Amino acid sequence: MITLLAIAASLALTPAAMPTPPGELPVDPYEVSNSNAGAEPLSDPAVFEAFGGIEGIDRIVDDMVERITVDPRLADIFRASDFVRLRRTLKEQFCYLLGGPCDYTGMPMRSSHADHGITTAEFNALVENLQLAMDAEGVPFRMQNRLLALLAPMQRDIVTR
Amino acid sequence: MRKIVILATLAGAILSAAASAQGAPSRFDFETGGKLLLTRGITEVGGAGGGGITPWAVITGNETDRGIGGTVHYTRLDLPDFTFQSYGAAIGLFDRVEFSYARQEFDTGATGGALGLGNGFTFAQDIWGAKLRVAGDAVYGQDRWMPQIAVGVQYKQNDQGAVIGAVGGDSASGYDLYASATKLYLSQSLLVNVTARLTNANQNGLLGFGGDLGTDHTLQGEVSVGYMISRRLVVGAEYRFMPDNLGFARQDDWYDLFAAYAVNEHLTLTAAWADLGSIATFGEQRGLFLSIQAGF
Ligand code: HEM
Repeated sequence: MITLLAIAASLALTPAAMPTPPGELPVDPYEVSNSNAGAEPLSDPAVFEAFGGIEGIDRIVDDMVERITVDPRLADIFRASDFVRLRRTLKEQFCYLLGGPCDYTGMPMRSSHADHGITTAEFNALVENLQLAMDAEGVPFRMQNRLLALLAPMQRDIVTR
Repeated sequence: MRKIVILATLAGAILSAAASAQGAPSRFDFETGGKLLLTRGITEVGGAGGGGITPWAVITGNETDRGIGGTVHYTRLDLPDFTFQSYGAAIGLFDRVEFSYARQEFDTGATGGALGLGNGFTFAQDIWGAKLRVAGDAVYGQDRWMPQIAVGVQYKQNDQGAVIGAVGGDSASGYDLYASATKLYLSQSLLVNVTARLTNANQNGLLGFGGDLGTDHTLQGEVSVGYMISRRLVVGAEYRFMPDNLGFARQDDWYDLFAAYAVNEHLTLTAAWADLGSIATFGEQRGLFLSIQAGF
């Protein structure tokens, strides 16, 4: 009995057994790691501050996701998406990359985008929506570019078509 | 004026073609559009995608690696003793290859009379260009030192062979070979381009190619640096070294300070203060450089 409990406890700690957060759909197991975020985080606290900290990042991601769902260039690709999960993981990712006190628990960029057949034009369309969301939050352009400099190389993992 | 009408008609035709191509699935599997604002560059005076006076490694047009794009441009530079104009069109294929045509006109105005050429005498040349992107990515390669690199050629044919010969020019036609490296330093909001050009052109070819002081191609450097103020606006400076092959008139390097503004994905306006130095013995040729580029 004790051994069984121990096994159960250790299983709960492995990524495969990570519980599905409320409101989200289950996903296939994968290894959770900050390296899945696709870049090393910034260490300059001025950037995290310019984004308005965690609250600012949350608003930017929510706004960006809203814009994506109505952008005719992108809406179809996201039609079947789990937006609860997408918002959560994007917020974690941006917070982590901007040097905030967050861990990224989502999937690597290559595997999470592999099935979507994304083009460079669509990648840029998403960047434009992010820029508009950062503008709306009042993030200065040169600070926006600090984040975009980390996201830009992910084009090689995300674009498959 | 006639040119502007032709250009506007061309621009209209291109834009409406682009509009009808967008979205509608065609027999050809080409897309249009997709580049980020300003990343196609403007059109340099020789017709290539670039800065104002030097080619860059970017490919003209808004297309990505899945499509085709194109641009038309009109550039005017009012100097104390001359008026310079350039207009033309370019296409970009798959963000990989660029073909361009530009016509340059250098109107000597009243200065032509003083030079014994007659008032309003105009040097003109046609420039045919091709550019191939060979390595790197200026925008996405943010984690690499490698810039985007392209190599290109410009073949130039000047209309005024007789006058060029009379002032000591060797030939009325010639070619430039160049290699450009362009890199966006996003973390610094900076754009840098360096071009190395093999040329024997006098004043870019407007006064012919080679001369009494030398006929060989020499290697000349060209540099552009831009600071991005917003998605739409970039300001910066350019410097272009020039060869010096004509005994009758020293040739100075060119430089400019520019601001380029993307009105939208189709239209970019550029204003610059350009200094071309001494031209045909007339010194201090500097003035306002205005350029309009329309594309898809
Ligand atoms: C730098 C740009 C991008 C970043 C940082 C990014 C980030 C993310 C993240 C964190 C996830 C969630 C991974 C997970 O579920 O564990 C995700 C999923 C996804 N992304 Fe992206 N992405 C980018 C670009 C794009 C582009 C350009 C598209 C399409 C045009 C796209 C389409 C999707 C889709 C469809 C999903 C799956 C959503 C779902 O089914 O739940 N992404 N992305």
